[in-house]
Amino acid sequence: MFGKLTLESIPYHEPIIMVVAAFMAIGGIALFGLITYYRKWGWLWNEWFTSVDHKKLGIMYFIVALVMLLRGFSDAIMMRTQLAMAAGDAAGYLPPEHYDQIFTAHGVIMIFFVAMPMVIGLMNLVVPLQIGARDVAFPFLNNLSFWLFAVSAILVNISLVVGEFAKTGWLAYAPLSGIEFSPGVGVDYWIWALQISGIGTTLTGINFFVTIIKMRTKGMTMFRMPIFTWTSLCANVLIIASFPILTATIALLTLDRYLGMHFFTNDFGGNMMMYVNLIWAWGHPEVYILILPAFGVFSEVIATFARKRLFGYATMVWATISITLLSFVVWLHHFFTMGAGANVNAFFGIMTMIIAIPTGVKVFNWLFTMFRGSLELTSPVLWTLGFIITFTLGGMTGVMLAVPAANFVLHNSLFVIAHFHNVIIGGVVFGMMAGLTYWFPKAFGFTLNEKWGKRSFWCWFIGFYVAFMPLYVLAFFGAVRRMQSYANPEWQPWMILAWVGAVIIMLGIVCTIIQFWVSIRDRKQNADVTGDPWNGRTLEWSTSSPAPFYNFARLPEVGDIDSFWSQKQRSEEQLEEAPYTDIHMPRNTVAGPVISFFALVIGFALVWHIWWLAGVGAVGVFISFMARVFNDDIDYYVPAAEVERIEREHQQRVEAQA
Amino acid sequence: MQRRSLWRRRGTLVLLALCLFLAGCSSALLDPKGQIGAEQRTLILTAFGLMLIVVIPVIVMTLLFGWRYRRSNSLAKYTPDWAHSNVIEAVVWIVPCAIIAVLALLTWKTSHSLDPHKPLESDVAPIEIQAVALDWKWLFIYPEQGIASVNEVAFPVDTPVRFRVSSGSVMNAFFIPHLGSQIYAMAGMDNDVHLIADEIGSYPGRSTNYSGAGFSGMTFEAKVTNPEDFDAWVETVRAAPQTLTYPEGYEALAEPSESNPVEYFSAISPSLYESILRSFHTGGEHQMGGDHADSHDGENEKTADHAAESGHVTNNHASQDNAMRSHSSSVEVGG
Repeated sequence: MFGKLTLESIPYHEPIIMVVAAFMAIGGIALFGLITYYRKWGWLWNEWFTSVDHKKLGIMYFIVALVMLLRGFSDAIMMRTQLAMAAGDAAGYLPPEHYDQIFTAHGVIMIFFVAMPMVIGLMNLVVPLQIGARDVAFPFLNNLSFWLFAVSAILVNISLVVGEFAKTGWLAYAPLSGIEFSPGVGVDYWIWALQISGIGTTLTGINFFVTIIKMRTKGMTMFRMPIFTWTSLCANVLIIASFPILTATIALLTLDRYLGMHFFTNDFGGNMMMYVNLIWAWGHPEVYILILPAFGVFSEVIATFARKRLFGYATMVWATISITLLSFVVWLHHFFTMGAGANVNAFFGIMTMIIAIPTGVKVFNWLFTMFRGSLELTSPVLWTLGFIITFTLGGMTGVMLAVPAANFVLHNSLFVIAHFHNVIIGGVVFGMMAGLTYWFPKAFGFTLNEKWGKRSFWCWFIGFYVAFMPLYVLAFFGAVRRMQSYANPEWQPWMILAWVGAVIIMLGIVCTIIQFWVSIRDRKQNADVTGDPWNGRTLEWSTSSPAPFYNFARLPEVGDIDSFWSQKQRSEEQLEEAPYTDIHMPRNTVAGPVISFFALVIGFALVWHIWWLAGVGAVGVFISFMARVFNDDIDYYVPAAEVERIEREHQQRVEAQA
Repeated sequence: MQRRSLWRRRGTLVLLALCLFLAGCSSALLDPKGQIGAEQRTLILTAFGLMLIVVIPVIVMTLLFGWRYRRSNSLAKYTPDWAHSNVIEAVVWIVPCAIIAVLALLTWKTSHSLDPHKPLESDVAPIEIQAVALDWKWLFIYPEQGIASVNEVAFPVDTPVRFRVSSGSVMNAFFIPHLGSQIYAMAGMDNDVHLIADEIGSYPGRSTNYSGAGFSGMTFEAKVTNPEDFDAWVETVRAAPQTLTYPEGYEALAEPSESNPVEYFSAISPSLYESILRSFHTGGEHQMGGDHADSHDGENEKTADHAAESGHVTNNHASQDNAMRSHSSSVEVGG
């Protein structure tokens, strides 16, 4: 009846898990109670859950990502605490059984459920506004993508209290992830969480690719697009090209695990090297999916706050495009030590280094944007300066790893851990924090508190160095990744130092939470009614904050890079504006959340081999999808009079403020 | 002028102090005990130094520009529409290109000279040791001596050692940090790495590739001795009561165990290593065809011959092998 699911599947005997579960339950019940008490369910469902508004979806992506960041960071601090303790004969407080799940969950959560939704959330919030569009190309798909991602995040969290998570490392290398060596449900949770969210990500990639190609406003040629839109375009090309590889690879692993096939097993002709190749053929482009939009954020932030045109726009675009292409021919650098011949290793090593050239050029372009600018040292700028320094160091250690003969001693060591946190924290996290602060007023109509933003930056910046520089050092002593304990007591002081760094980073996260609290409390004082709090350069700042659901009452026309800036510079007399027209908008949809709910049912049922329930889920997906397909009532027109009323009210608010 | 040189001197001192400090804490990679490790240390430091040519100016420029062109500094020049300069663009492309060109040359050279599959040049005859990763311990087989050990490996100083590396379980990686290069251990695959030690001592070794619950304890000791002591060690092992038979004894040993103590086996079944490799080559013609599955040293022609002999490539280890191979030395198929 319930497949492999029994009452024993719930880890009662694990006090840590039970305490966490209790907190989650209390928090969940409190949230549920509050929403019910304030009668907000209808509002949540109608205004948010079923919304196809890209700005609201972007906000929801960010909220889920921030919640998952707390989960992923809890994993991180537990690991650092374990390693600060488990020197010599000490075993620490986490047995391997538990520790192995934690480092796997940390990687999976931070990449798939924190970094990805932050990047995609930011693209949602910003890209249509930057290209002067009223929505994305496929608004319903956009809602569906979000919910597929959200239910995957739920599935990962279910694994905490029902069963277990994978104990394989975040990429679940075969044959360890095969049924022979991982008979539990952990890998199955990994499989279905990634498959469901992966479908959502692929749909997002297609959606934004089409949006950027087809929905740019009049006059916005490709080489007038804002850099963030360019980097998003490239990231979406990477999603479209690489995520199918992930889906197929995991599908093959699923066949091995569920149907006893032998794609990646040790015996019967299975080939684990094929798994490693395939997973990195997706995995390397994946890191550029994360970092390219962050590059875009820094480009926007630095040009805006330096009040200066971005240096070398065309170079920036071509550098982005070449990184996009090169990211597909470097995957082997993740396993030089597998034993390929010298020519193969040298080829992939050199291709990897070549990526450093366009990346280096980008760094210089940011520097020369600051040069002879008028730089306002706001928190987004601090994140950007911190990024340039940190990312440059991370790039350097990356090139060191790319030299195969050096990689032979650095591979799998803590050097690798330090390197990729160096680029992911220094690049993606700093970029997302900068982007969040920068575009927050566009989403909510008030700016974030600067004092707490800067405090958060300093904690993250200092915390990063304290936490990860010791790992570079430890690598030279021979310390490797994924150790639950180590015999050499000489390593312990460095491990304790790294723990201190993690605590400092935790303070940074606390500062961000306080920042939200303080900013929401003081939202009246920090209100931005002009829509242009930073004296911005691109189209998203030309509409009100928060942007109306139709984004632009009249679609803007573009004649330049930084068209909004040049429009302000000309400060010409406002010409007689054309009259408002009816605006064609998509209707909200219940299909997204419903289809995704049934997808969650399928995922959970397949994890536990509850075949009838999987069938129920599949039928549910099919019926709700068909209902959507045959529903013709999916759009409507906002009458011109309504647009005029909204715009007039906005005008009055601006005048009242002035 | 004088001040600048003082700064430079201070910088060198800091670097030197850092190196000494790291070395003082018995840094395996900065204080290597073998030729491969020593060359890799030089390579890492060279690559590091080369990249500092870009990294230091970038960091200095970031801090300098950030401070000088801050909004409150009314003395700084402000050119809001200046966004292009051919000279700057040329420099920012050429300098990284030049550095990467040098690094690429270095990469090409060292990828070949430090290729783990390449036999080492030495007057001393090399010895072969076969290392098999098990859950969660290392089995070392000495085919010439007909002995085996667990979690301890001994070999004479200044003697090239060819480690043939495979796995009886999941993927692992064989690594003795003081000596240099690691290599993956994969079931059914005959990988190898050539190492040499130039100083007598005892060096920690371990698996670097996560392999499950007992991974942290999957360590071993590499004893580098003078030739006499090595002979004595071999005699000690030969005196051990246990022997390792295939498949019974091996299968018992392969059962998962954590932080396994050192074990010696005074005798082993013939072609033990090859038998372990072959045990994974199931379902193809190799097994059905009987004794085709002997190990070989894996020259290209030989693999090709072998495949031809079998009629067609039924074992995709072999085809992967060919695909990944760029010259004779690469991951080798055992059967």
